[in-house]
Amino acid sequence: MVENKHQWKAWIYLSPAIVLLLVFTVWPIINTLIMAFSENYSSLAGIGGQTFQFGIGNFEKVIQYKGFVTCLKNTMLLCVLTVPLSTILALLISVCLNAIKPFQKLLQTIYFLPYVTNSIAIGMVFAAMFNIVGNISSEEQIITTAGIINNFLGIFGVEPINWINAGSSYWANITVMVVYIVWNALPFKILILLGGLQSVNKQYYDAAKIDSTPKWRVLTKITVPLLSPMIAYVVITGFIGGFKEYSSIVGIFDVTMGPAGDAGRLNTMVGYIYDSIKNQQGRASAAALILFGIIFIVTMINLYVSKKKTHF
Amino acid sequence: MKVELQNLTKIFPSRNKKSNEEVIAVNDFTLTIPDGKLVGLLGPSGCGKSTTLYMISGLQKSSSGKIFFGEEDVTNVSPENRGVGLVFQNYALYPHMTVKQNILFPLQNLTGKDKLPKNEMIERAYEVARLVQIDDLMERKPNELSGGQQQRVAIARALVKMPRILLLDEPLSNLDARLRLQTREEIRRIQKETGITTIFVTHDQEEAMSISDMIIVMKLGVVQQVGKPQDIYDDPTNLFVAKFLGTPPINVFEGKVQGGKLYIGEDAVLDVNGIDDRDVYVGIRPEGFIPSDKGELHCHLNNVEVMGRDVSIVSTNAASLNPVIRSIVSSEYVKTIAEGQETVSYSLVPHKVFIFDKETEERIYF
Amino acid sequence: MSNNSTLQVMQERDMHKVVVGQKIMKVVSQFFLYLFLFAVAFVILFPFYWMLISSVKTLDEYMLAIPTLFPKNFDFVNYVEAFNTANLGRLFGNTVFVGVVSTILSLVITVLSAFAFARLEFKGKNAMFAALLATMMIPGELFTITNYKTVNDFGWLNLEQYGFTVLIVPFLVSVFYIYLLKQNFMQIPNELYLAAKVDGTSDLKYLWKVMIPLALPTLISITILKMMGSWNTYMWPNLVADSEKYWLVTNGLRKFSAVDEGGQVDIPVQMAAVAIVSAPLFMVFLFLRKYIMKGVSRSGIKG
Repeated sequence: MVENKHQWKAWIYLSPAIVLLLVFTVWPIINTLIMAFSENYSSLAGIGGQTFQFGIGNFEKVIQYKGFVTCLKNTMLLCVLTVPLSTILALLISVCLNAIKPFQKLLQTIYFLPYVTNSIAIGMVFAAMFNIVGNISSEEQIITTAGIINNFLGIFGVEPINWINAGSSYWANITVMVVYIVWNALPFKILILLGGLQSVNKQYYDAAKIDSTPKWRVLTKITVPLLSPMIAYVVITGFIGGFKEYSSIVGIFDVTMGPAGDAGRLNTMVGYIYDSIKNQQGRASAAALILFGIIFIVTMINLYVSKKKTHF
Repeated sequence: MKVELQNLTKIFPSRNKKSNEEVIAVNDFTLTIPDGKLVGLLGPSGCGKSTTLYMISGLQKSSSGKIFFGEEDVTNVSPENRGVGLVFQNYALYPHMTVKQNILFPLQNLTGKDKLPKNEMIERAYEVARLVQIDDLMERKPNELSGGQQQRVAIARALVKMPRILLLDEPLSNLDARLRLQTREEIRRIQKETGITTIFVTHDQEEAMSISDMIIVMKLGVVQQVGKPQDIYDDPTNLFVAKFLGTPPINVFEGKVQGGKLYIGEDAVLDVNGIDDRDVYVGIRPEGFIPSDKGELHCHLNNVEVMGRDVSIVSTNAASLNPVIRSIVSSEYVKTIAEGQETVSYSLVPHKVFIFDKETEERIYF
Repeated sequence: MSNNSTLQVMQERDMHKVVVGQKIMKVVSQFFLYLFLFAVAFVILFPFYWMLISSVKTLDEYMLAIPTLFPKNFDFVNYVEAFNTANLGRLFGNTVFVGVVSTILSLVITVLSAFAFARLEFKGKNAMFAALLATMMIPGELFTITNYKTVNDFGWLNLEQYGFTVLIVPFLVSVFYIYLLKQNFMQIPNELYLAAKVDGTSDLKYLWKVMIPLALPTLISITILKMMGSWNTYMWPNLVADSEKYWLVTNGLRKFSAVDEGGQVDIPVQMAAVAIVSAPLFMVFLFLRKYIMKGVSRSGIKG
């Protein structure tokens, strides 16, 4: 009796979650598959009574579309540049932070600050720091700022670089994005890695000390291997986040996703999906499935590699 | 190598910042450990024995006092330069390395002119592995080994760099009873074969007694007694040491000395000439009781326990501080006990009886 | 044992020199350690500093070829202008409303579901929980395509009629929060629940009196993360809220272009707007740092 009573009670408790999940999670999964494999699907045409044939045309179109290839390339490039860089930096910072006592808590709090910011709002700050306001080419213009970053580089005799303004180079844009994304990605990675370091059994370090282990060897032969599950975790989440990069670019370049005069140059996979969402749901769905596929494959590769490297 | 401790003291600052109570973990420890001996640091938990070991290793700094290895003052030398080997209580084997990599690790740390060619390192690793009999496990990971095997790997890792001193922190505490017996013999054998001065920490008196050349009994940071295991057992300096050593434990009674006689309750059990009248504790080893009809100490007989070849009589006496008195007797005697017998009388073996002052708990010799 | 070279070398060493060398090395390495860590802290903090000092500069001072690292005078007029022209008052109001309502509803749903999964027995429980966890692998963008169509079909895109429904309802269920809270509930001994049953306590009363107080830290973490999420959300409101009246803070900020009379972008005003928008998050962080960092270290999800 009690068991039965619990049965229906459980379903009542779960009902709000189940209903919402069915509508906003389960149905979208099914529907995305349907839309992606319906030739030239668009919901507007669907309302008009048009029926769609099964086919992989959406995928073909997406892949052949030059804009999408750009998005894919940008996304991959940002991932490949930012994930290793931020992971290595975060590891280095965490190891150093773990080695000190005074100021540790304060510094840890400071390092966490970028996490509690709005990535679009602070993106605008970064944009301002790299922004040239005024016209740099005309000598007569008295009031011109090259942006604080250029001012800073100027101390070392570097000529002002056009980072994000009209006419800027692709690699200048990518550099700015890498700096911003790494800055933004550090807090989470430091939090996880430092937590991992602090839970490593101190006796391993005592044992290493007794055996006169040089510092560098302690780091590479003991700390990093013992930390490898955490490193794998931040790398995997880093790649997943990286493949969904979008709002940090909006923060710096606005929705045009590129410097003035070259809109869409820095567009990403997610950006492409959003661009197609209102009119070309078939293609958007195909792109979303491709994104999911890439994330899935990269995660599997990561898990496979980390399993090989962290078997204990 | 000889190890010398001079007035070694370790004071931990109070954890609670408001009360300025300091904890004196080790208090004024002075001792010389001769070269090539196996020494047991024995005491209940919290007595400062592990702290002493860690100070010898250098992982903890002494608050005052000096440590010498041979003639050399190592008090301010950091652990990596002391040349000691340390086996941790839970072994601290690197989980991501194989047994071989674990053993090789200390050798790979050597730099400069100490650096060994690769094949020599491997040769040496196999040499110690054979010594501790794990040379067939070299490619395994620590989590694929039993507790006893892990212990051997830990010892091998400590020995491979030929330490001047080998330190073991509670080496047997993580092993089950059968392995414990086996491993302690093993430690004894390895120590004899290498001849390295070895100090180990334990709270198990049996363990310390069975393999040590010398034991140090500690209590609350203070050394109680130092000596050969049998000497300490036969001749404890105070009640604590007497109680701490021996299985079954010593039987303690309240008693008094009056007119050159030692009384337990109303029974005058021994002649103790030359001791002033006073209240005392009387400690009697289980083998110090000889049951006899003419015996001076009268006790209430509870039962007889036969455990293997040992036969012990369990009895009670109002003056006893232990709940029951255990005496180990010859199996012949047991046959003479009649059905329904309620009392038993003992005469005592004088050198198995120790008298301690009631105030100081120090031994009174007679 | 064969080779005693290590032993001899150890003895031969002049230990006094070793001791002094160690001390010097230690001081030097500590110095570089702190130098590096404070340099990193500087890089982390500089954008915030630049935002703050730029926000009180006049546009003319901001545009100086040689920038001032400290403003000549503090000009808070930028804040007033930002607040008024970007309509930050309304944006804040909208965001707080959406944040509070979604957090409360989301907590109720999460608590009920987590309770069912943690304490009740029903057919298919494990299979269903596994299915829920599996959906966490799928990027949210995949759902968005259909959800946009769904809310359109429901008519929710007509915000005049349905208000903020479209911004709240699709995101009420978070599988991750259910998972987090379920794990926490499972740590509470089941005997407490059985004892309550024997005493005739109702499920809901037990939930309210025992489980919720015991799981409070997790609930606080969830609350903060959900509120932060509302504050930072950009894509969905950008997609569905066409009218400025219903924008949330991030959309309003991104679309707000501070331009002076000459058509020049007025960065100081923009920075003032960013500062105002960032301030609430910083406040929350200052007071609830512990919960945020704990919550984040378990989630890895921003917002």
